Amino acid sequence: MASRPVAQPKPSTKARPKYYDLNLLNLPTPGLVSIFHRITGVAMFLFLIPLTLVILQTTLQSEAGFAVWEGYFNNLFVKCILMGFVWAFMHHLFAGIRYLLLDLHIGVNKAPAQASAKFVLAAGLIATAIFAVRVW
Amino acid sequence: MNKQPVGAHYGWKDWMIQRITAVVMVAFSIVILGFFMLHGSVSHVEWKQLFQGELVRILALLFFLAVFYHAWIGVRDVLMDYIKPLWIRLSLQVLVCLFLIVCSIWTVSILWGN
Repeated sequence: MASRPVAQPKPSTKARPKYYDLNLLNLPTPGLVSIFHRITGVAMFLFLIPLTLVILQTTLQSEAGFAVWEGYFNNLFVKCILMGFVWAFMHHLFAGIRYLLLDLHIGVNKAPAQASAKFVLAAGLIATAIFAVRVW
Repeated sequence: MNKQPVGAHYGWKDWMIQRITAVVMVAFSIVILGFFMLHGSVSHVEWKQLFQGELVRILALLFFLAVFYHAWIGVRDVLMDYIKPLWIRLSLQVLVCLFLIVCSIWTVSILWGN
């Protein structure tokens, strides 16, 4: 074949438009699992760590302190907040196990990765539901 | 591309610690959740008695230290991703670090102080 010089495309100097799709619903499931893993992690750092220590301290300190938290946990509003934290914990746990398995090269292909992401989302919700039934 | 000449080698250690602490927490979570699922509600006396055991205290401390170290690496990564101005990022990292150190000391005082 005769070699003819081909016109090389010049590198574009124009700034390319950036487009961030911030709508979570448009994320593929593994992306959703990932961002929830992040959000639940930060939320647990900010609220669940200090809350757990406060509860552990007051419930161990005295019978009165124990009774106070027993009362709180019977409150419907507190129960709802508690379920939020239980979901955060469960989602973070299941998503974390998924990442550990991915690190071991288990389920790295597209189909199993998508399936496991859906499993993680479902497992977090189901575990929270089981916990809720146990509490109510 | 600017290459940071500092901080070589700490990345993989944190990566590893993040996973080791995760496995520790998974193991403990199963034990704790299993305990509450089987046992149901506990009285104050039972609760207090449980934490009288030296082994329970040591294991509980191990769990909390795993949580705090895991939280440090996780939150630090989040701050590195979203907070670009160096002085704000550094200040927040110092705050997070100090908070977690305080939590560690607080945990010891809760477990052995009661």
